[in-house]
Amino acid sequence: MTAWPLLLDTLPQVQRERLFTLAGERDFPAGGTLFDEGGVADRFWLIRSGEVALDVYVPGRRAQVVETLGPRQQLGWSWIFPPYRWHLGARALCPVRTWEFPAAEVRELCTADTELGYELMLRCAALIADRLQATRLRLLDLYAPHGSVPS
Amino acid sequence: MTTVPVPYRVTAASAETADCVSLEVTPVGQALPGFTPGRFAMVYAFGVGEVPISVSAIGGGHRLVHTVRAIGAVTGALCRLRAGDAVGLRGPYGVGWDLDAAAGSDVLVVAGGIGLAPLRPVVRHVLGHPGHYGRLRVLIGTRAPEDLLYREELAHWRRAAAQVEVTVDRPGPGWRGSVGLVTTLLDRVDTRPDRTTALVCGPEVMIRHTARALLARGLPAHRIQVSLERNMRCGTGHCGHCQLGPLLLCRDGPVVGYHRTRSLLAVREL
Amino acid sequence: MIGRDGLTALVEVLRARGYTVVGPTVQDGAIVLRELESAAQLPYGWGVDLEAGQYRLRPRTDGAAFANAAGPQSWKTFLHPARVRQWTAERVDGELVIEADDTPPPRFAFLGVRSCDLRAVAVQDRVLTAGPHPDPTYRGRRSGAFLVAVECTEPGGTCFCASMGTGPAAGPGYDLVMTELVDDAGHRFWIRGGSPEGTDVLAELPGEPASEALRTAAVHAVASAAGRMGRTMPDTDLHRLMAETLDAPRWDDVASRCLTCGNCTMVCPTCFCTTTEDVTDLTGNHAERWRVWDVCFNLDFSYLPGGPVRASPRSRYRQWLTHKLGTWYDQFGSSGCVGCGRCVVWCPVAIDITEEAAALHDWTRRAEDGAS
Repeated sequence: MTAWPLLLDTLPQVQRERLFTLAGERDFPAGGTLFDEGGVADRFWLIRSGEVALDVYVPGRRAQVVETLGPRQQLGWSWIFPPYRWHLGARALCPVRTWEFPAAEVRELCTADTELGYELMLRCAALIADRLQATRLRLLDLYAPHGSVPS
Repeated sequence: MTTVPVPYRVTAASAETADCVSLEVTPVGQALPGFTPGRFAMVYAFGVGEVPISVSAIGGGHRLVHTVRAIGAVTGALCRLRAGDAVGLRGPYGVGWDLDAAAGSDVLVVAGGIGLAPLRPVVRHVLGHPGHYGRLRVLIGTRAPEDLLYREELAHWRRAAAQVEVTVDRPGPGWRGSVGLVTTLLDRVDTRPDRTTALVCGPEVMIRHTARALLARGLPAHRIQVSLERNMRCGTGHCGHCQLGPLLLCRDGPVVGYHRTRSLLAVREL
Repeated sequence: MIGRDGLTALVEVLRARGYTVVGPTVQDGAIVLRELESAAQLPYGWGVDLEAGQYRLRPRTDGAAFANAAGPQSWKTFLHPARVRQWTAERVDGELVIEADDTPPPRFAFLGVRSCDLRAVAVQDRVLTAGPHPDPTYRGRRSGAFLVAVECTEPGGTCFCASMGTGPAAGPGYDLVMTELVDDAGHRFWIRGGSPEGTDVLAELPGEPASEALRTAAVHAVASAAGRMGRTMPDTDLHRLMAETLDAPRWDDVASRCLTCGNCTMVCPTCFCTTTEDVTDLTGNHAERWRVWDVCFNLDFSYLPGGPVRASPRSRYRQWLTHKLGTWYDQFGSSGCVGCGRCVVWCPVAIDITEEAAALHDWTRRAEDGAS
């Protein structure tokens, strides 16, 4: 397994390079905000190092972290679908290095190069499905006191 | 006589979390030889009953540590024991982690909740044999930061060059680490599927999900070892309770290759 | 060859050698295994009518002692008892003193071990003593036991040992083996030794060498019994059949009839499952560990924190049958079924193991036909 971001891991090199022509390096300081709930989802990131927390704002309480993302993982998919608005907030837990991709250009590339677009969307769908599965399992509260746990 | 417990004395009882206690036990007289990482003992709480517990440490002087979670009458009684109290032990039973099979390869430990307990001696063994194994990675999923076992020891493992990643389901205030299912940590580590042995223990749902994620990353099923749980009364393969299809888990397990259990775990109520 | 007087002498010789002789007797309307003080207690002149869910004694005019197929009990009652105290523990000044129950095992002589049951003993030998942790209770009772086998000449309506390859001729493992013959020449037993001690015992019995005619008649009687079995197990690889039918709809069908009472496990001569009971006295300083027969049909049997693994009757019947006919091979190298038919007889709703296996077999064949 290479150290490529998972989204691009199995993408043919030609397509990967075409995508990367659109990307720029972008770093965030610890505590930095990548986006807020409801903001315009006009970009996404592939994390190179560091950790980003996805949170939900709850009045009267600290922002509730629902999941964190780290190296090789993709941050953001709200840019894929209208109305292109973030559903959660994202904050850097430590200094974070990323490749940042502009959403509009990537969507245009996908439209122009449908083969690349299909491959990219397949991978996005797989990542979304994977996170949905993980979320469902977390709903089970696997490690709860009454749970079935090897002793 | 493997049906009769041997007296041991609790020489240290330390609370790991709100409901987990590590009991260090030492034989009063005759010791039970032969414990290896992943094997288990039937631990007897006087007058209450017996439960199967994997060893969470194998020390010198025949000392053993069992990390027990209070979830029933017997485990509750064991968790109330203090240094100086008496327990009975039978064992060792079952098949432990196949560390010979992991020799020369990277070792990927994936633990969920108290599933870290039977894996702790593996980590200690690997760290104690530098050069025998490739890179050591320890991925731990737990419910909340306060449920994390062996916190101080994890720091020691990190200093000893193991990559240790922890993720929780429910971060409290002040938690600066990862949040999410333990499999999310697999994305973060650079696994070499052709030269990695994975050792997985936790709730069965977590084991199935983790094993699938490992297969998806290219690990062959026979390089994935899982530790499974079923009701056990005897430990000696005679009571019939711990059957999982063709397996008697007290005898053929609790550690079994995923290639032998994959289809069995998919059958409901097997 | 011995006559009825030889049988009388056999019980006397075995008792004189210190054995507790156990054999079939008539009690409570059934052939029951119990201690014999004399051969007169044997069920001379009693036969049985066996059907699914039905057991009836029937008088015989020929006076045969062993022409009555398997009764409700098997020898596991004596070798692997339903309740065993394994150890006692005392707490003395904070110390645990745990002592194995060292009651000396009784020395049994079993008179009238049918071929199916002889195989069942061999199966339990493997289950309980072949692994790295031989069971001390079973080993103690088994190692001192003297087995007098009886070949079957009169199978019952629920018998199917012939199709399991476990009878009606006796396999190895006996000290003595008898074939009972009642005909114009009288009531006789062709008896042979199978061990040095068996040969010694045989030498003490009043008898005479068996004639060629007697041997031929005995062999013929056993061979003809093979053709008169009331049931037949389907002629297929049952081990494989069980592994391939875990999702067969037949399990729902049988689950709709099964009461999960566990009678089949109680009467089965190979079912070995147990659980433990820990008891204390009122002072709290004395504890005992008892091992008792358990039943895979009980909900508690598969209990894990959170609940039983096998909650549905479907899964519990499936566990019993697939273990008996299938996964037993994986665990212990043979089938767990010896074809005695007891589970068929004593099922209160007449579930028939051969019928269930046949239905699963039919299902796989239909599935294959459908796929081709």
